[in-house]
Amino acid sequence: MSKLKHEIIETNAGWLLVATMLAISVGGLVEITPLFMIDDTMEKVDGVRPYTPLEQRGRDIYIREGCYTCHSQMVRPFRDEQLRYGHYSLAAESKYDHPFQWGSKRTGPDLARVGGKYSNEWHVQHLIKPKSVVPESVMPNYPWLLTTPLDISDVGDRLRALRATGVPYSANAEEYRRNAERFGEDVARQLHIPDAQRNLVAQAQAGNFDGDRSSVTEMDALVAYLQVLGTMVDFRQYKPEDLVKYR
Amino acid sequence: MAATSSPATEQYNYDIVKKFSVMALVWGVVGMLVGVWIASELAWPFLNFDSPYISFGRFRPVHTSAVIFGFGGSALFATSYYVVQRTCQTRLWGEGLANFTFWGWQAVIVLAAVSYVMGYSQGREYAEMEWPIDILIEIVWVSYLAVFIGTLMQRKQPHIYVANWFYLAFILATALLHTFNNLAVPVGLFSLKSYSLFSGPMDAMTQWWYGHNAVGFFLTAAFLGMMYYFVPKHAGRPIYSYRLSIVHFWALSFMYMWVGTHHLHWTALPDWASTLGATFSIMLLLPSWGGMINGIMTLSGAWDKLRTDPVMRFMIVALSFYGMSTFEGPLMSLKDVNALSHYTDWTVGHVHSGALGWVAMISFGSLYHMIPKLWNTPMYSQRLINVHFWLATIGVLLYITAMWISGIMQGLMWRAFDDFGNLQYSFVESVAAMHPFYAMRAIGGMFFVTGMILMAYNCAMTIRQGVREARGAAQPAVAAA
Repeated sequence: MSKLKHEIIETNAGWLLVATMLAISVGGLVEITPLFMIDDTMEKVDGVRPYTPLEQRGRDIYIREGCYTCHSQMVRPFRDEQLRYGHYSLAAESKYDHPFQWGSKRTGPDLARVGGKYSNEWHVQHLIKPKSVVPESVMPNYPWLLTTPLDISDVGDRLRALRATGVPYSANAEEYRRNAERFGEDVARQLHIPDAQRNLVAQAQAGNFDGDRSSVTEMDALVAYLQVLGTMVDFRQYKPEDLVKYR
Repeated sequence: MAATSSPATEQYNYDIVKKFSVMALVWGVVGMLVGVWIASELAWPFLNFDSPYISFGRFRPVHTSAVIFGFGGSALFATSYYVVQRTCQTRLWGEGLANFTFWGWQAVIVLAAVSYVMGYSQGREYAEMEWPIDILIEIVWVSYLAVFIGTLMQRKQPHIYVANWFYLAFILATALLHTFNNLAVPVGLFSLKSYSLFSGPMDAMTQWWYGHNAVGFFLTAAFLGMMYYFVPKHAGRPIYSYRLSIVHFWALSFMYMWVGTHHLHWTALPDWASTLGATFSIMLLLPSWGGMINGIMTLSGAWDKLRTDPVMRFMIVALSFYGMSTFEGPLMSLKDVNALSHYTDWTVGHVHSGALGWVAMISFGSLYHMIPKLWNTPMYSQRLINVHFWLATIGVLLYITAMWISGIMQGLMWRAFDDFGNLQYSFVESVAAMHPFYAMRAIGGMFFVTGMILMAYNCAMTIRQGVREARGAAQPAVAAA
């Protein structure tokens, strides 16, 4: 009898198409849609903010060079990872990451909390020639980052595209005011799209990430990004039980 | 006279199948050479040559796209167009559209590779192509679906053969996954850069729903379609159990779509999602092994072919690797195993036991079966097929053994504590310990690509021979006319 029923499907291309489409649609629907609706997907923590224009440009370079093929950005809740990298990663910490860069492979170490661990000078040396500071490293050299000026011409367009995906960069006075309430005046200024280029240059000059204030290079941007990774949430504010319920 | 010369070419559109078959060989050689190169970069980092264009991070997607979409994709287009015509006993529907899928698909691979080395990437594994290429893929894919369905609709057989179900599921699932995983906002109409529409856990979920089903449908269901036609055909025996193939098909199609989240164990993705993924991963073992058994048992009563026929050997070893990696997969989806294996080379080894052992080997077997039929001449050299078989088998074994050892070693080193409760190893000690295994993996890859090059040579000589014979046969016909 079951054979008889299946015959309907295998003798009719239309039914085969519809039935197959049904079979392959269920899994994704059940797993993906609730994430957007369940409140507990993201932890409610303070401090996570969108990237500044310079950090975001650094993130673009991180993606351009395919860093995710060897580095994860996801500390798991294990004792060894806690000791090696720090507090386990929260979902909220990547809520402005379009795309996420959690990665799938650690040929090199996890970078989710690399911010603040090394000096800017160390990062510059390491990116130019990793073996100069880590002799056993198999990471490629990235000397061109220091010599390539950062293209800042379209940074406003980039932030506008991110704004369209839902990242709260402000494009007008009203949005700016809302950001000031939410993140404070200092952060809100950095997130204002009309000032993106000026803010980017100012942060690069002030931070002096690549050790040369005369120009803004790709190195400036990438180091600025690396130095902010994992530093936004102040974990001293939270007890373990505040966060564990979200997992 | 005309009827005996090459009747099949008139009944079926073999031209498109030939084109895709040749490109499968070309992309196989290119993609695997790039693979050996990046594997060697990890063993001997000077090979990055301080060049942005071939540094590991940009070059790795060139490898994955060229082998998955270039080699695998072209092999699938070729075999699906061949199988759907043969089993429906009708000519391919939409000749122009089919040709468009060929040129469109080749353009996709070339554009993808060029854009990666230039530094354009979405930063999502196996979906690195930026938005204009994604749109081209979408158009090519819908055309592919139209050609396939169109051909099914004009079939001369009442039943749609099982291989076509798998091909259809692969086409539909790939369309679905590609569309939703690549939703992004471009920076501008004239900018190649875009930002993913989703972020954080939602983005991770979507990406691995895509990522694992690129494995599940692109690299499994479709190649099962290949298996369901070419194994019985080459063995000259009917498929072992028709009923099993029905169960295999529906269970596989339904369950695969759930399992992607096992890539996200212990991450910031909510636990329920990854647990659900693991549950389905374990259940998936049953249909996977059902399919493997169905394929291998098809040979019952003809086992002697394994001794004499290297093509059959390719197919059966492919099925064995399919069984092996679909056992290893559920094992690695267990949370405790995953805690050790994830982020290590074990994952890379697992992927390659599937990709080299199963996907590439079943493609080799199918192409060796199909190419003589397409060009109407026997393979140029059986001995070279045999040499290829051994090179490929030794290559895979070297590769996955190296990755098992290095993967488990990495996992153990990262979590090792000394007597005082401190971490025993710094991260870079685990990097240094990998060197011999990275070298061994690169050597395994060299074996495999050498076999691939032999195959390309063997097929080129076969095609030349076939073309010459056809020309020779055509001339007297003209003279007689």
